[in-house]
Amino acid sequence: MAENTRIVKNATCTFCGCVCDDMELTVDLDKKVITKAKNACVLGRAWFAEHQIDDRPVAMIDGKEAPLEEAIEEAAQVLVNAKFPITYGLSDTTCEAQKQAVAISDIIRGTIDTTTSVCHGPSGLAFQDIGESTSTLGEVKNRADLVIYWGGNPAESHPRHFRYSVTPKGMFIPNGKKDRTVVMIDVRKTPSAPVADILIQVKPGKDFELLWALRALVKGRKVDPQIQVMTGVPLETMTDLVERMKNCRFGVLFFGMGLTMTRGRHFNSGALLALATDLNEFTHFVAKPVRGHGNVTGADNVVSWQTGYPFGVNFSRGFPRFNPGEFTTVDTLTRGDADAALIIASDPASNFPKAAIEHLKKIPVISLDTKETSTSKLSHVAFATSTYGINTAGTVYRMDDVPIPLRPAFESPYPGDEEILFAIKKRVHELILSKCGATGATGEARVASKLML
Amino acid sequence: MTETMILIPGRSSKQGTSLNKGKLKEEYIDVTSILEMNMDDMTRLKLKDGDEVRISNEIGSAVVRCKGRKPDDLPSGVLFIAYGPPSSELMDGDTAGSGMPLSKHMQVKIEKVAA
Amino acid sequence: MASTLRFVNGRVYDPANNIDGEVRDICIKNGKVVDSLPDDTPSIDASGMVIMPGGVDIHSHIAGPKVNLARKLQPEDHRHDPHPGTNFTRSGSGGTVPSTFATGYRYATLGYTTVMEAAVTPIGALHTVEELHDTPVIDKGFYLLLGNNIYLQTLLKEGRHDEFKQAVGWWINKTKAYTAKLVNPGGDEPWKGKRNSNVTDIDEKSDLLNISPRDVIEAFVKTVNELGLPHPPHIHCNNLGHSGNYKTTLETMKTAGDLRMHLAHIQFHSYGGEPGKNPDSKAVEIAEYVNTHPNITCDVGQVMFGKSTIMTADAPLAYLLRGFKKGKWVNADAECESGCGILPFSYQEHVFTHALQWAIGLELFLLSEDPWRIMLSTDHPNGGSFMSYPKLIRLLMDKEFRKEEIGKVNQKAIAKTNLPSLDREYTLNEIAIISRAAPARALNLKHKGQLGPGADADITIYDDQEDKEMMFNAPRYVIKSGEMVIEDHEFRNDYYGKILHSAPEFDEEISEDIRPFFEKYYSIEFENYGVADHYLHEHEIIPRVSS
Repeated sequence: MAENTRIVKNATCTFCGCVCDDMELTVDLDKKVITKAKNACVLGRAWFAEHQIDDRPVAMIDGKEAPLEEAIEEAAQVLVNAKFPITYGLSDTTCEAQKQAVAISDIIRGTIDTTTSVCHGPSGLAFQDIGESTSTLGEVKNRADLVIYWGGNPAESHPRHFRYSVTPKGMFIPNGKKDRTVVMIDVRKTPSAPVADILIQVKPGKDFELLWALRALVKGRKVDPQIQVMTGVPLETMTDLVERMKNCRFGVLFFGMGLTMTRGRHFNSGALLALATDLNEFTHFVAKPVRGHGNVTGADNVVSWQTGYPFGVNFSRGFPRFNPGEFTTVDTLTRGDADAALIIASDPASNFPKAAIEHLKKIPVISLDTKETSTSKLSHVAFATSTYGINTAGTVYRMDDVPIPLRPAFESPYPGDEEILFAIKKRVHELILSKCGATGATGEARVASKLML
Repeated sequence: MTETMILIPGRSSKQGTSLNKGKLKEEYIDVTSILEMNMDDMTRLKLKDGDEVRISNEIGSAVVRCKGRKPDDLPSGVLFIAYGPPSSELMDGDTAGSGMPLSKHMQVKIEKVAA
Repeated sequence: MASTLRFVNGRVYDPANNIDGEVRDICIKNGKVVDSLPDDTPSIDASGMVIMPGGVDIHSHIAGPKVNLARKLQPEDHRHDPHPGTNFTRSGSGGTVPSTFATGYRYATLGYTTVMEAAVTPIGALHTVEELHDTPVIDKGFYLLLGNNIYLQTLLKEGRHDEFKQAVGWWINKTKAYTAKLVNPGGDEPWKGKRNSNVTDIDEKSDLLNISPRDVIEAFVKTVNELGLPHPPHIHCNNLGHSGNYKTTLETMKTAGDLRMHLAHIQFHSYGGEPGKNPDSKAVEIAEYVNTHPNITCDVGQVMFGKSTIMTADAPLAYLLRGFKKGKWVNADAECESGCGILPFSYQEHVFTHALQWAIGLELFLLSEDPWRIMLSTDHPNGGSFMSYPKLIRLLMDKEFRKEEIGKVNQKAIAKTNLPSLDREYTLNEIAIISRAAPARALNLKHKGQLGPGADADITIYDDQEDKEMMFNAPRYVIKSGEMVIEDHEFRNDYYGKILHSAPEFDEEISEDIRPFFEKYYSIEFENYGVADHYLHEHEIIPRVSS
């Protein structure tokens, strides 16, 4: 063991939406690396091992190193002078940084959107229509005797999700997995399949049809036997599942992007949420989207409490307006509306549709990221920031809306997202105030630095 | 020989671990360029593991390497790829008013790239 | 910034100091009310104006996990009611569940400067604190849901009363809460664990823990009084909304003996009739009990017609209400601690039950013999938005207006009440009591709800108008901690209110008793639970009181 070693207990891994907070990190403070991450899964181990201190300039303008102050000034100027500036990303940073980002969008009357729009955004829309019977993961651990995963592959995307839902012993589940029935519903046999007691393979793009048939069966209606051909699922399998759902004591439906990203989008999520709601007539039943990035749930929460809407929010009229398809990032880019972009902890240039990426290349982009990415490479102003949960403290929300404080492992020479965004916010506010010639109002100068954060 | 199939991009462990190293690193680019395919389909199309194929639709096209999966695991006519630059090439920017581009279940043409 | 302010010639209503409409100066220095200021201090003429302490809302739902779910659930509730920003205030959206910024600014535009969030799960306390930080102008605190806490109930089952007290102290400290909140005690377990059933009798023992709701209530009344929390246990009784529930309410109040107890939204608990059948009014019986028992305080939870949002830790109740229209509905179980239900709702004049609820609330106000103990609330947003307070005040102050309004609603419902025979009109002094002085006293906020020297300079100044709804809708000046936030009806300043909480003494060793339970049945780490000190920013610990 190196001499200058530190152990951080109860640290949190912010790689995926499980945000497991039982990490025990061994940190080599001289080399500034995490040498061991006890309790971490394969993704968590990579997260902790690979976030070392890179050697890159803290700020770059057009690919050339620039002083931080200059880069902040340039970023503020770009944002204030744009007619339709968009802010995007936010799921891999702290709530504290997310608050600053919403404030910037509010001040510059821009548009704010998070990675939710290309993840469980459709589930957010379905939520607005159906609601959601849901619970924290601890209740699943304590009570769920029927656990269904639909359109997700947790073994690879959220490897420790099972520690909440499948393996643990709980208050009313004394024998752990033995007391639970686990069902996997997917179009392919994923590496998650071995955990399942029942595997149901549905034809690609037929999730909605299967969900609707299940709803009908739960309500005691007849369904057309043709449904078997359409979905690839035998009627006996459906009725068996329906009986299990109605007779369990506490059932849970976890669902993934196999529902949201495919044909039907929010109709699929909505059908699933409606199924869970219907089942409450018979027993206690909950549903939960298995959320992706570490703090995407925090982004939903912060944007919601500050604006009233979870994502895709535009401030151009001086107050928040929500319209998915109009103010969501893939759309503002593909349509060519956006004339500047502030991208925080996200890499749309590598995973957005081609047309959106092409537009991103044409406009001034300001990016904040811990690593060099396709997006940082095409940025007009690129900030290198420290990593949340490894270098930066703050708050994140687990996929079930439970807030968890972060315990950073070692200091980074790079500033955190919050620090950079706070500086940009302060500067854009000054610029906006001078632009609209606001002078003389009571306490203006004081207020400029104290704007409700 | 060209066939139409359904492409399902998704996450994989390797994609997840390699993106921590950096999305511009070779490993990530490698992981996101492997196309999983039903073995029977591969035999029919005269493909073997590691062969290059072109997948394309009206949006764009990408050249990736294929890898066989047992028919039990991956049904005939379905392709799987880890998210990354190749899947972006095929993604339509139209979200049908939802904000979400159709990112799974894309109809693509698949053909062998002549060696 | 002006560190001093003086208002002259205004009529002052400061019931805590027995000042009832006297014309006198109000002087402010460094955020506090002072006796006098040097003669050369500039003055603001408040002739024709009414000066009151800033409003104090003792029961409202404004921040935290359930509130945010309700916000997310209803874009339609926000769209019609945008809240534009200014150069120095943030924008937001309104409706019955406004965004955090809009919540703070809108309370301020009604002259309210202190608001208590009435139901927070311990596991959601950090979320609540984060939202309260983004709720400007007002000072704020929250009540902690402990009435269905499985660990605490286990202690009661085992008869470990001292550990119970220490654990309540631990939880209040750990989460920076104000006091304990009980919601439908005993109702969570049947909801989550017995196929969505509920407890229906205050003496019904739970299968699991062999204790009754009464056992839980008794233990909290005793413990919270012993711990000297500034506000007694804040209780949402069993059987909310059910016909015949007034018996449960009376039994709940009897449980207190002569110890302090606060009953939340008592209107929802004052129904006669048979369970499952139409209710009638038992406002007379409830008001009489409260009138004759000075240890009891309550807030009314008035129903106001129009759009509301049901959000409650009483999950079975929300599901029951959902059954009427089968519309969208949220259920959110918090592990080991609470349930929660949310749905959009609308109270309509022609509906028998809604009209009856509206009338019962007014009856309770008008039958109250002690305004210090029956306080103004709509259980925002359950009975209606806090934005309807001005109309409610007019209903209380103006019997002609009330008569007109009574004429517009379901008359069969009115016939089940004594409302038409009640001629009482509230005075401005009584309004000042039910909306500021009384809640401040019930919360033991000695510096609030009054304007004596040393009081917090949280002050509202209204233009005196015949139409009291107009008057209370738009104060001319609102001063928060000595800062002029609203001047001539317009925002002049932003202000960052503080968090009010208690810190009762308790035996630290109890945490080693809680830890093993926690590690077994919760899903986060013990060390990561609660609200760490650095999350507080501006805050004030309200000292213990002796009962």
